[in-house]
Amino acid sequence: MTIKKINKQMNTFTNTGNIDTRSGFGAGLSELGDKNKNVVALCADLTGSLKMNDFKKKFPERFYQVGIAEANMMGIAAGMTIGGKIPFTGTFANFSTGRVYDQIRQSIAYSGKNVKLCASHAGLTLGEDGATHQILEDIGMMKMLPGMTVINPCDYNQTKAATQAIADHEGPVYLRFGRPKVPNFTAEDQKFEIGKAQILQEGNDVSIFAIGHLVWEALEAAKALQEKGIQAEVINLATIKPLDEKAVIDSAKKTNAVVTAEEHNYYGGLGESVARTLAQHHPTRQEFVATQDTFGESGKPHELLDKYGLNADAIVVKAEKLLG
Amino acid sequence: MTESQNLEPFVQQVRRDILRQVHAVNSGHPGGSLGCTEFFSVLFKEVMQYDINFKPDGENEDIFFLSNGHISPVYYSVLARCGFFDVKELNTFRKINSRLQGHPTTHEGLPGIRIASGSLGQGMSVSIGAAQTKKLNDDEHLVYSLHGDGELQEGQNWEAIMYAGSKGIDNLIATIDHNGQQIDGATKEVMPLNNIKDKFTAFDWQVIEVNDGNDLDQVRNGLRKARQLTGKGKPTVMILNTVMGNGVDYMMHTHEWHGKAPDDELLEKGLAQNPETLGDY
Repeated sequence: MTIKKINKQMNTFTNTGNIDTRSGFGAGLSELGDKNKNVVALCADLTGSLKMNDFKKKFPERFYQVGIAEANMMGIAAGMTIGGKIPFTGTFANFSTGRVYDQIRQSIAYSGKNVKLCASHAGLTLGEDGATHQILEDIGMMKMLPGMTVINPCDYNQTKAATQAIADHEGPVYLRFGRPKVPNFTAEDQKFEIGKAQILQEGNDVSIFAIGHLVWEALEAAKALQEKGIQAEVINLATIKPLDEKAVIDSAKKTNAVVTAEEHNYYGGLGESVARTLAQHHPTRQEFVATQDTFGESGKPHELLDKYGLNADAIVVKAEKLLG
Repeated sequence: MTESQNLEPFVQQVRRDILRQVHAVNSGHPGGSLGCTEFFSVLFKEVMQYDINFKPDGENEDIFFLSNGHISPVYYSVLARCGFFDVKELNTFRKINSRLQGHPTTHEGLPGIRIASGSLGQGMSVSIGAAQTKKLNDDEHLVYSLHGDGELQEGQNWEAIMYAGSKGIDNLIATIDHNGQQIDGATKEVMPLNNIKDKFTAFDWQVIEVNDGNDLDQVRNGLRKARQLTGKGKPTVMILNTVMGNGVDYMMHTHEWHGKAPDDELLEKGLAQNPETLGDY
């Protein structure tokens, strides 16, 4: 366990130990199985990778192995909602979105089906498998679908809470999480509120809006900025759609400088959602920590984040650029 | 199944509805609709057990999915004529602010529709999902689905066919409208399907063939046999040999009327071949 020493004006966030967000999904799903008998799980040959083994073991009659056939999985999930089931589909983010976009569009989104699309191994931090599997476009695709809720939680505890929260939400949801072990720092017993931003650190000089693995990096960046005398506000916008627009506007009004940080292409991601909101309500200078319209490549997760500029250092540079 | 009745007048009126719907907006798909008119009529008038007060969840009733959504004119006509909504609403087909979209959708809340279809190849998976939920709910009613033969060219079908055979989805009766035609021509020229029966058999399905899917008694017998095969550990498919455009002579035996509406003159000709029986909408 690492206890981070922080400046006393700063909020304390303790990493209680590195753990993967997909394990948060697995744990949340398993608990959900006990609480809600209508929850069913479908998986396309990635039960171990999605951490769905516990659900499968506890509820074999509600677990559906569909094999390597994601399009069929999406259709079956849509059909299973007819009669009151709440299907959670599990595969990698790439195969949860781009591969099956039309099935999601017609059979789930347009048909208004209560399917929860649960997507692991999102972004560059999938690592060594390389660009074929590292989707950086999924948030864009999913947020463009009318009625789709899009969530990218920041750590194990929040992913677990979000997994449970989406079962109580009527309508399709895209839940995005990842493969690598990352700091777990949000509250263990939290309740996830869809569409509600989480202000992790207040500050007056620059707003850092982050999602997923980049939230911890944003907190690290805020500490580095603090040492340079810059008070950064750090907000976790785990729900990208519907976006907590009030939180975005209020913070931008206070700081008049915005950095967005995400493990996604800058086309179609969180940054664009924030920019659209601010363009309409409070035009603000903004910098984007995101991939720059590129595919990824093989490498260790931290090497990739470094190479593609998705870390605390990159956030600091962008913040200073805005304030410089 | 209820008692057989004289469905000829019903079928004839549905044919008129199909022609009038597509003519009014100079768009839509009459060919496949006419080819499946007898099937829809038998299914909804004699075979399926359903609540006319439409419940989207479809619990404790038989449910139907149309995968080849472009034949919406026959679907809408039969739903309306069975009482799901007022037949006058057929006037709104494909018009602005209508619940009768070009392809069926749940989005506008039209009674009778439980899934959007139109982008082909998705209905088999949806039907399997609904069938699985019926099993979880201890609901012994059946799931019926209809698919075009050309639609089987979409790969998702074969994922679904493999799944249903392997998992023994035995409360599902899928019907293939085998008319041998698709937009660009005959299926055997565009992308041959060859022996559909052998393909399904290879995937562990039970197969029934209906030689003349435009003969009401043959459709009845086919569906009766299909029902008898349910609950035996395997899914059932009924290959329904139909003639596209059936009942309107100039539309028969060609793919030309897949997605084209008749002009005024041809409308009158088609209607004359199918005199009014139950009253036009």
